[in-house]
Amino acid sequence: MTEPSELQLSEAPPGGLTRQGSLWGDAWRELRRKPRFVISAAIILVVLLMAVVPSLFTSVDPNFADLDHSRALPSGDAWFGYDLQGRNLFARTVYGTRASLIVGVTSALLTVLIGSVIGIVAGYYGKWLDSLLSRFGDIFAGMPFVLGAIVILTTLNAPTSNPSQTRIIVQVVLSIAVLSWPVAMRIMRSATLVAKQLDYVKAARGLGASPFRIIFRHLLPNTLAPVMVYATIAVGAFIGAEATLAFLGIGLRPPVVSWGVMISDSSNYVRTVPHMLLFPAAFVTITVLAFVMLGDAVRDALDPKSR
Amino acid sequence: MRRARSITWLALPVALVLAAAGCGSGGDTNSAGSGGESGTVSIYGTEPKATLLPANTTELGGNKAVSALYVGLLAYRPEDAKPYNLMADSIKTSDAKVFDITIKKGWKFHDGSEVKAKNYVDAWNYGAYAPNAQQAASFFENIQGYADVNPPKEGDKPTAQTMSGLKVLGDYEFQVTLNAPFSVFQTKLGFSAFYPLPDAFFKDPKGFADKPIGNGPMKFVSRTPNADIKLTRFDDYQGENKVHFKDLDIKIYSSQEAAYSDLLAGNLDFMEALPPNAKVADKYKADLGDHVLTTHLLGISTIAIPYYVPGYNNLDLRKAISLAIDRDKITKTVLNGSYVPADGWISSGIEGYQPDVCGEWCKFDPAKAKDYFQKSGFTGKLTIASNADGGRKEPLEAACASIAQTLGVSCEFVPSTNFGAFRQLADSHQFTGMSRMDWSADYPSIEDFLTPIYRTGGSSNDSLYSNPEFDKLLAQADATADKDAAIKIYQQAHALLAKDLPSVPVWDEKGIGGFSKNLKAAKLNFQRQAEISEFRL
Amino acid sequence: MGRYILRRFLQLIPVFFGTTFIIYTLVWAIPTDPFAGKCGQRPCPASYIEVMRAKFNLGDPLIVQYFKYLGRLLTGDFGETFAGLSVGKLISTAYPVTVRLALIAVLIEAVIGIGAGVLTGLRNKGFLDNLVLVSTLFLISLPVFVTGFVLQIVLGVQWHLISPTVSRAATFGELIVPGFVLGSLSMAYVARLTRTSIAENRHADFVRTAIAKGQPTKRVVGIHLLRNSVIPVLTLLGTDLGALMGGAIVTEGVFNINGIGGQIFRGIQDKEGVLVTGIVTLLVLVYLLASLLVDLLYAVLDPRIRYD
Repeated sequence: MTEPSELQLSEAPPGGLTRQGSLWGDAWRELRRKPRFVISAAIILVVLLMAVVPSLFTSVDPNFADLDHSRALPSGDAWFGYDLQGRNLFARTVYGTRASLIVGVTSALLTVLIGSVIGIVAGYYGKWLDSLLSRFGDIFAGMPFVLGAIVILTTLNAPTSNPSQTRIIVQVVLSIAVLSWPVAMRIMRSATLVAKQLDYVKAARGLGASPFRIIFRHLLPNTLAPVMVYATIAVGAFIGAEATLAFLGIGLRPPVVSWGVMISDSSNYVRTVPHMLLFPAAFVTITVLAFVMLGDAVRDALDPKSR
Repeated sequence: MRRARSITWLALPVALVLAAAGCGSGGDTNSAGSGGESGTVSIYGTEPKATLLPANTTELGGNKAVSALYVGLLAYRPEDAKPYNLMADSIKTSDAKVFDITIKKGWKFHDGSEVKAKNYVDAWNYGAYAPNAQQAASFFENIQGYADVNPPKEGDKPTAQTMSGLKVLGDYEFQVTLNAPFSVFQTKLGFSAFYPLPDAFFKDPKGFADKPIGNGPMKFVSRTPNADIKLTRFDDYQGENKVHFKDLDIKIYSSQEAAYSDLLAGNLDFMEALPPNAKVADKYKADLGDHVLTTHLLGISTIAIPYYVPGYNNLDLRKAISLAIDRDKITKTVLNGSYVPADGWISSGIEGYQPDVCGEWCKFDPAKAKDYFQKSGFTGKLTIASNADGGRKEPLEAACASIAQTLGVSCEFVPSTNFGAFRQLADSHQFTGMSRMDWSADYPSIEDFLTPIYRTGGSSNDSLYSNPEFDKLLAQADATADKDAAIKIYQQAHALLAKDLPSVPVWDEKGIGGFSKNLKAAKLNFQRQAEISEFRL
Repeated sequence: MGRYILRRFLQLIPVFFGTTFIIYTLVWAIPTDPFAGKCGQRPCPASYIEVMRAKFNLGDPLIVQYFKYLGRLLTGDFGETFAGLSVGKLISTAYPVTVRLALIAVLIEAVIGIGAGVLTGLRNKGFLDNLVLVSTLFLISLPVFVTGFVLQIVLGVQWHLISPTVSRAATFGELIVPGFVLGSLSMAYVARLTRTSIAENRHADFVRTAIAKGQPTKRVVGIHLLRNSVIPVLTLLGTDLGALMGGAIVTEGVFNINGIGGQIFRGIQDKEGVLVTGIVTLLVLVYLLASLLVDLLYAVLDPRIRYD
């Protein structure tokens, strides 16, 4: 080895080459029997449904404010109570799902995608390309997330502009991905460095397989697991990061409703109106848990060793 | 983790003495060393945005130190904001254009040198001279010759170093001549930009900034950026507003929430404003008991409707918006009773205030609002812009919701990331809708609520309002030497605003502050600052 | 080994120039006027703006400004803020505080994260595993400011266990709770990583061999399993140190810690380009040194790794 593998999440499976089809087929059969998978998949389905058709769950307009209800506690009428502006928190939580999921999932996907591609290239080709990509990643990783996000989001939106909702969501996703990819890259690079040394990969190289084929057929299946662990947790972390950005006044903003916006709205009232924080925070936690459990189950199922 | 043990030891004897005297309050004595005249008082502070020079301080953070370090000719009474002579022996004028000022003898700067008339004249000349880049330079603009030292056009070089309107007549006497008669000038002299500077400053301005020397009740000890500014009592101080403690510790906080936690824990003694978290449901009353302070602030909140935004130069629309805001409900719920509905464009605590100047337009009336909205023919989206931090967002969101639901139009709150970004929009006239316009008076005069905001070309006339009749009345009032007569004319001008609705008055803030158990008494003044001479340990 | 270290050090040079350039350009590219809102509710006088623009070379093209800045920086002069404070002095008071805070955060993260990870990795899925999973994820899904506020209010104001804010001295003791808040984000990640690592190494040949040799379980776990499983975690922790230092913006705000996080935040808001560039460049350098250190440590722990 020329350089240490920085993140060695998994030892390579000793089984060597497995036929793709049966691997996924086995995994599916195994997954169906696991309660963890079933529960987490069910939660994610419900949350997805909320995101796609929120009107199925509530008929209340999430932005309708009635100050007579300001700070009202949860009741039969409004299960989650009302916020300071007298808006129905249940309706807001349901309608907030969409923006939160979009930000969490797409930024995690984008992060993993950018990071994995760069990581696998750096790990596979090594030498000066590796050094260049690694140090380039270091610049982004060393830059504080909040700093980077502030700079990117304020640079993109001049104070005079009043950007549209979609534009802000896209910008938030992009800034999260641009600032987080080095982590995914480092994980992927290390996993690649390890996998590269495995006998069957060496054999494939010796047989003259194209780099493309080696990367996709042999390296990727072995390096995906650690990245997956990261990605599932990242979904939750990014939903939280969205809240921090909203708190600092540079993230999503009204009339967009998201869990992050709700949590940041509650920040001034934690002591006096705790239910403003409680419900959106609970939804974030449950969703994140579901994603992690799902990721866990899928990873275990894909790993032939654990059978 | 634990509180510093040495401090607990220090507090122990105090607690014993208090218990022996039968007046033990059982408080969390933490920051006050020993009580009485030799104790320390810590107050909430924010990082000053400029050097601690009188004419360079335009915000509260720096002003806390500056107003303790220096005093001027006048001061304002904390209870009713009336000016009284502090260092001035007399200020005489017959025409409100030429002022003869004599100062009291025997007052000293902290370095022992005496405060003389020339210290005032030099300080004001320094503040006004363009290359010195003082932030409050424009406060000297009434003085004759200001345009020569600070040309109004950018890029022009000053043609003089001193203003021709300032003349030293003796060690303790000087004369000020204005460009034109200005009846409020005398009241203005209590503002911090008009404080004197010692000779030591002019020898080494750069070094002075690190260790300022003033003539106020407190002298400078040390400053650690972003942490604290420490001052101590100046025992030679001659003024009536002496302090009754030894050391003043201005602790710098990045958030009011953190400071409030410290106040409750007894690590901080005084806050002049409380965070939203404390105000909800009157939480602060339970937290602080009888250590709550209230005052009347000289400020007013309005929602400005810029004339330059297409479609907004429409009186019916202005009326509709004003009628559609349920001020009563918003001040009671979202603002937790820390504001009262506004009924005019000047604060109710100021001399010359008249109730109900805004009249019917400031009363919530959905039916009438809808009528006017129909008449206005406005289509599209309404927006209100403001910086979102510091609890600015919530009341404006509520106002927007009130407008939207009354008029059946969509209304959005548009946040700016910070005050700077918001002011940039205001200064460059780039709002795309309504905006927050909160004004607090620099000096207690009805004039300061009208001229800067609504006069044609006024320094903060962000909405570009212009009414020749209004301008004429202001000019007339400025030139009226008799104070009461001048106020009557300013009132006429004020009444004119109700015809045009250049902005929509919304609420008037009641100042709410608090002090810790370490203090026996404290007072909050109309400028939203601690009246430091009223602290009692 | 020596050549390897030398190479890594040489790589620091382009990174240094790259970072300073990127940050400097970005901060000045923020389309806000640094002098808007500086003078309270009135616009600043033209004379003030003119003098300040000249003083900070704001009239020059950006690239010229950057080289003027760089020239001064190379002579050790970090420049001045708009309020006339020396940036070098600001950094030297704030840096040690943030370093202490980040160290404590990493320590707490390591102790709790690795502890929880080992515990759950050794046992199979069960109640304990789920408990650790849920509690670490609960922390991760709560934004830092919420965790901070809640701990500050409960521990500081209601129970009087800690002082709600950190004093100027910012001693290690005072920084434990803020450190926990800061570290809570990565804690879940450390726990998961350790758990995965342990679970996989349990089936590794060297562990099986050790067990087959009849070594006591404690020894197998302590020497063979832990040592090998901790390597990837260590990498994460090392690189996290740098990230945490810059990520402390919100935590420092909540507990009123006078560290670099707050300085960066205010610096960006006030568009203090000189201040932000100085601090961030140092941050990136610290980050690079930390990752170099981790790579070297790696070789010590894992004899299979050789540097050439």
